[in-house]
Amino acid sequence: MPARAAEEAARGSYGRLLAYLAARTRDMAAAEDALADAFAKALESWEKTGAPDNPEAWLLTAARRRLIDNARRNETRAKGEEHLKMIAEEAAERTQDGPFPDERLKLMFICAHPAIDAAVRTPLMLQTVLGLDAKRIASAFLVAPAAMGQRLVRAKTKIRDARIGFDVPETEDLPPRLSAVLDAIYAAYTTGWDALAGEDGKGLAEEAIYLARLLTRLLPDAAEALGLLSLMLYAEARAPARRNADGDYVPLEAQNAALWNGAMVREAEAALVRASERGQTGRYQLEAAIQSAHALRRLTGKRNWDDVVKLYDVLLMVSPSVGAKVGRAAALAEAKGASAGLAALDDLPDKTVAAYQPYWAARAHMLSQLDKKDAAREAYDIAIGLNEDDAVRRFLRGRQSALGGGEP
Amino acid sequence: MKYGLFLYEDEANFFGASEARQGEIIAAYMAYGEALNAAGVFVAGEALEPSKTGALVRMQGGVRDVQDGPFADVKEQLGGFYVIDVPDLDTALDWAAKCPAAEHGEVEVRPAVVFDN
Repeated sequence: MPARAAEEAARGSYGRLLAYLAARTRDMAAAEDALADAFAKALESWEKTGAPDNPEAWLLTAARRRLIDNARRNETRAKGEEHLKMIAEEAAERTQDGPFPDERLKLMFICAHPAIDAAVRTPLMLQTVLGLDAKRIASAFLVAPAAMGQRLVRAKTKIRDARIGFDVPETEDLPPRLSAVLDAIYAAYTTGWDALAGEDGKGLAEEAIYLARLLTRLLPDAAEALGLLSLMLYAEARAPARRNADGDYVPLEAQNAALWNGAMVREAEAALVRASERGQTGRYQLEAAIQSAHALRRLTGKRNWDDVVKLYDVLLMVSPSVGAKVGRAAALAEAKGASAGLAALDDLPDKTVAAYQPYWAARAHMLSQLDKKDAAREAYDIAIGLNEDDAVRRFLRGRQSALGGGEP
Repeated sequence: MKYGLFLYEDEANFFGASEARQGEIIAAYMAYGEALNAAGVFVAGEALEPSKTGALVRMQGGVRDVQDGPFADVKEQLGGFYVIDVPDLDTALDWAAKCPAAEHGEVEVRPAVVFDN
């Protein structure tokens, strides 16, 4: 099955081939074009002759030929041609003996470089490391495809023209640069997580976990990379329990823990333990620890909301975000009662929460516990209106009508 | 920036639905309107009666031509619209995704022309 072979090669090798070519030509867009061309040729040629023994070497040869052709056509880059030939020879040597060098770490760091607009880092990483097409990326991020295409092109032009280096940062620069890489990967996960709500499937969650696994392999000492992997695995492990047979949304406290993916929970725990052994705490490890506490509570039946509040307290010191503040308030409501939770929500500035769905959902829940029905009904309305997922809308509507009274 | 959100959906989804289902749909739109208001982005919006209640007007060479709706044999009809005021297209798309019509039909998002003078 030649098409299948090309597909497999694409999944496994796209990022590695692109990292190799782009790190040497320093022109991501040109490397992508050449690689796309090589894949197209592979489909055509493997159809007739069958897949070669070493598909990566085949693809690399085809891609560098294309790069050399382009360089020839472009006289102003005559000098580049010599360079490209050199690359080609070097690559040929390398692919002949032993595995192809994996330089995707460089690619990840350049995608999350501080000179690149934060909003385009994740899309750039998905496109270059995983070879995802721009249309799908645009849809996942709810951006018009043409606009997303332009943003990606601009970012690549900037990398080329500003000569941003394809390097792994030195030790002292590593933590802030790594945290940008982690944020970009996590953004892919949270985007995918939202998309998972849709019936059509998986969003980008799988891709994000792939990237985090890759990162923990390439940088085994990075505690926060393990923390991020753990966090995503905890969340992902619960995916099978987030909907019931009717497609209705099931909140964490009501989930059937037997439906969780046990292997994933164990991998998440192991990653968190490995992270803590590195002795450098951080946002992602703390968020993973909160997920671990939720899992533990559901698996043992022992209420541990005080622990969850404490973890949020530390998280807020490290990384104060509106999400963490709302999360803390919700945990506080469980630990100390709804009025304590509501008071914590009231402390949040209106502007940051006006369009933040979890705030309104938490608020509605606490108000209904305090029997403030009208206010609860209104908060439910806003929470419902801020949702894209019909299953969650139905769930909230159910809770809202359980309040009784109000409009028919 | 002002953006128009134009809601296209098979109108039978609403006008052909049970009263209970209609109530759910109306509640979803009420909630959406509340959310738009709470976020301070709502400018205007209307739900429309079914397309067969409307008419199409054309002036052809100075002669009036009026046709009864529905206007064309399409699966999805314009069922309503919102005008929202948000900083950019990304934000407008985000609101469009939350619109109940996006679930079963589609929401066209169009920036309003800015005339400078």
